[in-house]
Amino acid sequence: METLAMHISNGIIDGPVAAVFAALALAALTGCVLRGRRDLDDRLAPMAGLVAAFIFAVQMLNFPIFTAGVSGHLLGGALAAMLVGPWVGALCVAVVLVVQALIFGDGGVAMLGLNITNMALLGTAAAYLLIAVLLRVLPRTRAGLAVTAFVAALVSVVVASQGFVVEYWLGGTTDLGGNLAGLAGTMAGVHLLIGIGEGLITATTVLTVAKVRPDLVYALRALPTPASPAVPVSGGVR
Amino acid sequence: MKNRSWAFLAGGLLVALLLAGVVSNYASSHPDGLDSSLLKGCTVDADDNIVGGSCPAQQAREHELGDSPLADYGVRGIENSFVSTGLSGVLGVLVTFAIGVGGFWLLRRRGTTSTTGDGPATRDATADAATTTDATGDPVTASDAGRRTGAAG
Repeated sequence: METLAMHISNGIIDGPVAAVFAALALAALTGCVLRGRRDLDDRLAPMAGLVAAFIFAVQMLNFPIFTAGVSGHLLGGALAAMLVGPWVGALCVAVVLVVQALIFGDGGVAMLGLNITNMALLGTAAAYLLIAVLLRVLPRTRAGLAVTAFVAALVSVVVASQGFVVEYWLGGTTDLGGNLAGLAGTMAGVHLLIGIGEGLITATTVLTVAKVRPDLVYALRALPTPASPAVPVSGGVR
Repeated sequence: MKNRSWAFLAGGLLVALLLAGVVSNYASSHPDGLDSSLLKGCTVDADDNIVGGSCPAQQAREHELGDSPLADYGVRGIENSFVSTGLSGVLGVLVTFAIGVGGFWLLRRRGTTSTTGDGPATRDATADAATTTDATGDPVTASDAGRRTGAAG
């Protein structure tokens, strides 16, 4: 069996359900293009390309989790949402998934809509909702930024994993004997552990960018503190 | 775009190339969270091949493009697995970067160009509106100034 595959392989979800999700994903990505264009200026466009390339690279780095014989890897939705915003961020992750499916044989081409829905759309959306709340609630310090990135990343991975469970409920090709809850629990448990790794990678990367080029962190620009909306966070993050 | 931005892009790309080109060889080869969940119910041998039981992963079918020269994160024809994995990672980063930068550049909002030469007015209009000139004569924005102050402190 192919152990290098990281995403949903052909045959796992039936064709009709995969096709429905392909249409859904295409519609949602079109929306991201239309809305994301507002964010995409001469500064964000190359940054978004870099974020996609970085996510591709880090997705290759499967890390062991505490459960023996199981690994995890970055999904990248939270990282993208933090650095380039939710709309462009979803497009970044989608670009990675398309490259992986079309060039690296990872994730069935027919399953692309499912993989995009889980990792690019659900993961990024969940992450950005949390980012928007946490950055307003937490203190504007490096610690606050790190906690925001960590929590958003962790939760986004678990949400993405449950997206797969819903897809499997709709079109899974193996009869689980009514034990969908078992699959949901297994997926949630293992992705909670993977989420810790995702959180550490995301927080480290975001803190690094925030230190070098705080003006390139979308979340810091888009979500100014209510107390001092006009002051860039750069000087105060420490 | 300012030199600083080019430097950041080049630095970031270099990090990605090192991660995909070198560090990828030290990645865990165990099945990931999804695959391991789909293997539940099956027994596997040391190489994670299914040897018995019943599980969703058994339904997996061939990939449409499984004979791609870069399939499974290796370059076909290169025997040395370190080189094969690393080279596939480097190519993947470059292709993703090219598609990403090219695609997002074409999609970008074209507006008025700002005096900083760093593209059109950005979303943090307040910061850009505060564009001024520092002692060296380089145009700086409020965020530049803020960071420099922070770096000094």
